[in-house]
Amino acid sequence: MIELEDVSYAYGGDTLFADLSLSVQPGSFLFLTGPSGAGKTTLLKLIYGDLLATSGRVALFGQDAAEMSRDQMALTRRRIGVVHQDCQFLDHLPVAENVALPLQVSGRADEAAQNLDDLIGWVGLTRQANQTPPQLSGGERQRAALARAVITSPDVIVADEPTGNVDWEMSQRLLTLLVELNRMGKTVLIATHDLNLIRAAKSQVNAQLLRLTRGRLESGVTL
Amino acid sequence: MTGRLSALWTLLRGDGQADRAVPPSGFTARLTVFTAAAMAFLAVFALAFSVSSGRLADRWAQELARTSTLRISAPAVEVEAQTAAALQVLEQTPGIAEARALTEAEEQALLEPWFGPDLPLDALPMPQLIEIVETEAGYDATGLRARLQAEVPGAVLDDHTRWRDPLVDAANRLRTLGWAALLLILGALAAMVTLAAQSALSANAQVIRVLRLVGARDSYIARAFVRRFTLRAAAGAVAGTAAGMACILLIPEGPADGFLTGLGFTGPGWLVPLLIPVLCAVIAFLATRLAANATLRSHL
Ligand SMILES: Nc1ncnc2c1ncn2[C@@H]1O[C@H](COP(=O)(O)OP(=O)(O)OP(=O)(O)O)[C@@H](O)[C@H]1O
Ligand SMILES: [Mg+2]
Repeated sequence: MIELEDVSYAYGGDTLFADLSLSVQPGSFLFLTGPSGAGKTTLLKLIYGDLLATSGRVALFGQDAAEMSRDQMALTRRRIGVVHQDCQFLDHLPVAENVALPLQVSGRADEAAQNLDDLIGWVGLTRQANQTPPQLSGGERQRAALARAVITSPDVIVADEPTGNVDWEMSQRLLTLLVELNRMGKTVLIATHDLNLIRAAKSQVNAQLLRLTRGRLESGVTL
Repeated sequence: MTGRLSALWTLLRGDGQADRAVPPSGFTARLTVFTAAAMAFLAVFALAFSVSSGRLADRWAQELARTSTLRISAPAVEVEAQTAAALQVLEQTPGIAEARALTEAEEQALLEPWFGPDLPLDALPMPQLIEIVETEAGYDATGLRARLQAEVPGAVLDDHTRWRDPLVDAANRLRTLGWAALLLILGALAAMVTLAAQSALSANAQVIRVLRLVGARDSYIARAFVRRFTLRAAAGAVAGTAAGMACILLIPEGPADGFLTGLGFTGPGWLVPLLIPVLCAVIAFLATRLAANATLRSHL
């Protein structure tokens, strides 16, 4: 459902990675690891259409990302829930409204009421629901970002370091949420440095491991 | 056009939540309202100016076009004969509907405003006046003058055009100036709303980015801005128009053809300035939409 063929990406002059291929199958659970600065975030941005590949082909749900109209890209993004490494909230709105935003912009606001409270409860933000994102701690923001990524129950969930700032117990809780969604048939792709998280996931689902180093993507890596 | 209108309607019906996505910006908001109010206020005057000079031009043109005067200055003994001769010439001239010698009483009435009611007309060498009413087609003034010169030496034809034309011309030009001023005012409003919208759009670049990342279409994002600026411009324009109309109402009344006292609207003409807020809202809507679409296209 997400295909990368011979993709390269360069910020300005120097190429970050080249001739990289990846095929993400529906219902799979993928981890992406690699040293800091290897380009994990960049790769994820290609997958949710925030960046366009310098060369090669990125197909999202069968459509070439480079050829999509702006509206088509918006509709594609609605099928991919994203936890951004830098969270990306509307800082003037309370957490609850930020979490509901993907429903809001896709005209499904009426669905918010039922799920929203449960979801916010699950990520442990009931008390903070009416605060604004800048008032939250780093870990609380990541939890809010995860809640926002899954609120629409999207086909694909992409999470960039979703547990970077949360304690072990909370990261297990967030993992459980992602595993549950995966069991419901959703595709999950997580970039992380957290080996313990990967181990915990491997014990619950059939998770595959990808490693991005020195511009190359290795798949089928074992811990 | 109907597409535009229905877009405007959807917009005004509103989506409060989409509005909340863009943080309120107190200062630019107040500036936009103020600008729209000031421009609408000026627009009311430009409109009044235009409408009034147009009315004046029409009235003058109409009143003066169809009449002229023949003046006979001759030694007292000849006046009667020359008047008869002149009337005969006029009767034979094509394009003249009616020619009539004014009576002494009428002449006195004409002079009264200048000399008072006790003017001893008999004691003064008064010229005899003949009032000429033209037909629709009008007469040939040069030909008539030539004939009169030959047959009625004391006759002077005053066909008013000497001073009528520049007056009507001036009034017409003032009307055009009024319309031009109105256009400029509305153009300036469009420019200012565009600037304000652009500044709001660039101040909210991060908001736009977040909305796009969660799958908002351009139209959704644009709507939040467009609705805001349209409503602000409309609100300001309503206030400005109301103030402008009130000021025009307060101009003291005077003779209907006085230019200054005649500035304003008459009867159903008072409905015309009510279009100004609508026009301002439409202008703000289009200006913001253009600005928003251009900005959004420049984002990935
Ligand atoms: N907008 C940008 N402009 C220029 N260079 C950039 C930009 N974003 C990232 N880079 C560079 O690209 C490289 C890869 O960045 P990226 O964020 O993809 O790494 P990462 O693997 O996600 O790292 P981390 O594990 O620290 O999150 C880095 O060297 C970074 O400096
Ligand atoms: Mg990263």
